[in-house]
Amino acid sequence: MPIRIETGLKPDRVDPLATKWLNRLDSSFQNRINNMRVFKTYIIDGDVPEEILHIFCESALADPVTSRYSINKHLVSDFDFVIEVDFKPGVTDNEGRTASEALKILFSSETDTPGVYSGTQFRISGDLKDFEIRSLASDFFANTLIQRIRVASYEEFLNSDSLNANPPVVNLNHEPAIIPINLTVSDQELSELSRKNVWALTVDELKIIENYYSKEDVQEVRKSLGLSSKPVDIELECFAQTWSEHCKHKIFNAQITYTEDGHEEVIDSIFKSCIKKATENVRAAAGENDICLSVFKDNAGVIRFNDEYGIVFKVETHNSPSALDPYGGSLTGIVGVNRDPFGTGMGSELLFNTNVFCLADPFGKDEIPLGLLHPMRILEGVREGVEDGGNQSGIPTINGSVVFDNRYLGKPLVYCGTGGIIPLKHMDRDGFEKYPESGHLIVMCGGRVGMDGIHGATFSSEELHEESPSSAVQIGDPITQKRMFDFLIKARDLNLYSGITDNGAGGLSSSVGEMAQFTGGARLDLAMVPLKYEGLDPWEILVSESQERMTLSVCPTKIEEFLNLSRSMSVESTVIGEFNSSGYFEILFNKRTVALMDMDFLHNGLPQMKLKAKWSSPEIFRGDFSDVPQASEMLHRLLSRLNIASKEYWVRQYDHEVKGTSVIKPLMGAENDGPSDSAVIRPFHHSMEAICVSHGICPRYSDVDAYHMTMNAFDEAVRNAIATGGDPETFAALDNFCWPDPLEGAENSEFKLASLVRSAKALLEICEAYQIPLISGKDSMKNDARVDGTVISVPPTLLISLTGILSAQNAVSMDFKNPGDLIYVAGSTRNEMGHSEYALELGIEDTAIPVVKTKEFMKIYKIIHLAMRKQFINSCHDMSDGGFGVSLAEMAIGGRTGCEINLSSFPVDVSIDPNTMLFSESAGRFILTVPQKKKLEFESLFDNSDPIALVGEVKKENRVIVKSSHETIIDETVESLFQSWHKPLEL
Amino acid sequence: MKVRSLVISGNGTNCEKETAWALKCAGSDMIVTSTIWEMLQGKYSFDDYNFIVFPGGFLDGDHLGSARAQAHRLKYGTPQQRGPFIDQISAMINSGGIILGICNGFQLLVKMGILPDNNLRQNVSLTHNLSGKFEARWVSCVADPDSPCVFTKGIEQIDLPVRHGEGRLIFDTEETGTRLFTNHLVPLKYVDKKNNPTEKYPENPNGSFRGAASLCDETGRIFGLMPHPEAFTHYTNHPSWTRMSLPEEGMGVSIFRNGIDWLRNHL
Repeated sequence: MPIRIETGLKPDRVDPLATKWLNRLDSSFQNRINNMRVFKTYIIDGDVPEEILHIFCESALADPVTSRYSINKHLVSDFDFVIEVDFKPGVTDNEGRTASEALKILFSSETDTPGVYSGTQFRISGDLKDFEIRSLASDFFANTLIQRIRVASYEEFLNSDSLNANPPVVNLNHEPAIIPINLTVSDQELSELSRKNVWALTVDELKIIENYYSKEDVQEVRKSLGLSSKPVDIELECFAQTWSEHCKHKIFNAQITYTEDGHEEVIDSIFKSCIKKATENVRAAAGENDICLSVFKDNAGVIRFNDEYGIVFKVETHNSPSALDPYGGSLTGIVGVNRDPFGTGMGSELLFNTNVFCLADPFGKDEIPLGLLHPMRILEGVREGVEDGGNQSGIPTINGSVVFDNRYLGKPLVYCGTGGIIPLKHMDRDGFEKYPESGHLIVMCGGRVGMDGIHGATFSSEELHEESPSSAVQIGDPITQKRMFDFLIKARDLNLYSGITDNGAGGLSSSVGEMAQFTGGARLDLAMVPLKYEGLDPWEILVSESQERMTLSVCPTKIEEFLNLSRSMSVESTVIGEFNSSGYFEILFNKRTVALMDMDFLHNGLPQMKLKAKWSSPEIFRGDFSDVPQASEMLHRLLSRLNIASKEYWVRQYDHEVKGTSVIKPLMGAENDGPSDSAVIRPFHHSMEAICVSHGICPRYSDVDAYHMTMNAFDEAVRNAIATGGDPETFAALDNFCWPDPLEGAENSEFKLASLVRSAKALLEICEAYQIPLISGKDSMKNDARVDGTVISVPPTLLISLTGILSAQNAVSMDFKNPGDLIYVAGSTRNEMGHSEYALELGIEDTAIPVVKTKEFMKIYKIIHLAMRKQFINSCHDMSDGGFGVSLAEMAIGGRTGCEINLSSFPVDVSIDPNTMLFSESAGRFILTVPQKKKLEFESLFDNSDPIALVGEVKKENRVIVKSSHETIIDETVESLFQSWHKPLEL
Repeated sequence: MKVRSLVISGNGTNCEKETAWALKCAGSDMIVTSTIWEMLQGKYSFDDYNFIVFPGGFLDGDHLGSARAQAHRLKYGTPQQRGPFIDQISAMINSGGIILGICNGFQLLVKMGILPDNNLRQNVSLTHNLSGKFEARWVSCVADPDSPCVFTKGIEQIDLPVRHGEGRLIFDTEETGTRLFTNHLVPLKYVDKKNNPTEKYPENPNGSFRGAASLCDETGRIFGLMPHPEAFTHYTNHPSWTRMSLPEEGMGVSIFRNGIDWLRNHL
């Protein structure tokens, strides 16, 4: 008989968590809810002796100072109705797992301990109707995809003799089976097979497989092993994973016939001919100074940090899961990307996290289409997922941003990045390579395998639709992962394994399949894989994306020591097969061969996709800005725009300085709230060697031309790194594309694909011009949602993440420092108001978006960096969203001190009006402050023709004053600017 | 007498590296970092050391309440080939050792009933911040000059970061609270810009009574605090280092050095 426990705060204790929940509610609900208390429930699935039960409750579950508990009866309190939420069977229940472990401690080691399942109770007093309570439960307190809900009135609850004590135990009641599948069927049936099984394989791809299986030599081998002549489900699932857009990047590798204004060109893979080529060319030009160590081949890119260590960096997206369950999606996103640098080379220690969210306006008044979550719920969910994932992992979240655009309503974009530090030498070999050998054992380490996360890779290769599978949703468990990392770093330093990779998309099929390429084959027995519960089919075990797992190769002579260390650190590791050189990926189940795939066909059997893209250069259209509100008003309005307003709400809830490495924090200045351009950390406490981490993203410009969007995003990342002191000779970048579906059949697909081509071409151009290599990247190509027959597609969005190296003492923050410091503007301002925050605020259509002039810009960047090394610069801030006006206000807010500016000497190419100087978003620009005594030395670094000018001075008085000739066009207190900027996103 | 420090890591603890570094800066003769799992196997024993540090982190992910599951583990878990953890820790305290709990480590000491009264009965708690939110920010604290705490001697005011969701100190009864303040067992308090203890957000990030940021026992040798002294070992850690000139060593090291100096003078 299951045991049910309730715990809750004592009546006289305040309940901040309840208040936090209520604060997120609509005011219409808030006004009618008088009181709410959050209680917890625990269901123990089995018998526990009375005495142990009480110790368990008192020691592990209920804080004696704050809380009380009850066993198999309700805790009494006043309320009108209760909403009880717990997890559906099989969903990760981290709190339940911790409770199970705590209970186990009280049992002798030989006894089986019953499982514990956690739940939450919301006890609410207020005047709400029945249907309102139910909608609150399903739309606000729970996600019905992964959670169970029970709603009861006070009377129903107290009188219910059948307390809800059904533990959510998975009972599949299913005999595992292996099914051969007939592919010799009509196209329509093939298409139906692919859809029904969420393979995301096209009819043509299935025919290639069918054709392969019908070959005589293939049939012969299969016959000799007793395999069915038809492919079995395990094999088709493995092909589906390996050949998915998510894993194979078919569009990036496609042959594209690209037509630009009538001129046709055939591109053999934009990945090879643009992205990889950019890096190859940069590396060749750098010669001895090449910083790249391992690029585009491992889970993350590796560059040189110093003579002993390399920097490892990877950014991923987790968009589709975040659309279904924002919390679980982003949590899994961040703990998932942690495993990439961790599984690079022989393994790296993690240093930092980054995150960028693209979301719809959370305050929007438009009706949300059925089937989509409200943007506020997505915002809170993804924020909290990264909070729990990052904070609990003990990795500081040091850089990020939030971009708002209503086209992210269908699929939010959740970019998560992780950087690490890797020893260049592991024993006497390169630490950034792997060394699995034929005969080494395949070991799975960490969590167990369940149904969760089946078809993540193939599902994300489709648009979101009403039947999107909920098994694709998972909840990460940072603590289990941290325990595994603690163990594996020890194992690495003891040289106990020869290779490591992560289990992400595609699960074991990808991790083992990819590592088997080193030796030329593998044998994997799926019956040896530890499961969360019985009843999984072999194919499910193979492709499940259950979290917190790494796959390793271990030499048989080291296996005992490896497994002993693992056990001693509370981490489960299991031998599940061995790597060989057979040329096959052979799958066994209970020692019997049940599937066999030729490694060559699996990895190279997919023919190149052939696609068409068409581009017509847009006409530049200039808007009419003659009748606009005055500059002061516009400055306040811009500071309040969601893309510009302070993101302190996020930053404060992310631990950004665990590890004690922070030098430039996300917020700096007199009151610690000025927005930094990039983060700077010192990886080693004993050294001043530092890393800066920045990013650039500007999807607004894609509407005109993704080429310029890309140039601007890249330049923004570079500017941000320059602004805090990064050395441009050491920069390395990552590209993360999130595109709307560019394949035939999607709306306007030729344009979308042309945008992709143009973006890739821009990357090649700017990387070569700036001499910055791309070291890793990812693409996500189906960021569309189909709801009620309409499609909501994201704008083509590219995130550039960038690292650089500097000496910590030369780092510069953005806040104004001392009254009297001179204010300079570096970089020319042009009439580039197109799709600027200013134009969008006014609703004025204009397509003159900023143009990046790489040669001119880099010259200035290098001089600024030199000036920083000479410590001439007190503060520096880049200009981007909102232009000069917004950056100036932010610097004044950061320093809580004013300034006086005169626009008469502003650096421009051709004459422009004051509003354009204030709000144009031309790239390549900074505001700098220089102490008066360094004036001459600073100015002497520049040529006369360089676009640099002294425009004003930092003032003691807390007013931001801007004059144009003799007229004062802005005169605002720093405090009032702060209010406009800080209020909008105080959630 | 050598100062032998033991830093406990594992299971979600995540500040062990910078804590070991702070101990090194402060001059500890020996620093061992052990996971709780190695302690359970009996590889190390608390009573072989005279300075134990429980660093910050997210033991068991804060599930069941911060540090509660680990407190339970230390109370009821039986290490192989060694006496119970509680006995090891008592022996270490009785032979004159010192204990420092930082953030999650402070929560652990409180939930084991080691702080404030060292009688294994929990009579205070560290619970959810009044905001309901996790807070990462720098705060200013002043030290009580009359406190017996050996870690805060000579410190008047100190800037340190807090990073916690459950830092609000509450008491089982009003009397407990009054006694702790009267006996100067609240060595560090969050203060406003005028250096007065405050309950006002954000200077007090969690709403703790009268600005309480820490606790010590009556001997002053067991000390727990919510702010992170190990996160301020170098001037570039300070959020205003680009605005002012600061000594190279961060002030956080002084907390560790005070403990080590006391051991050297008393062992």
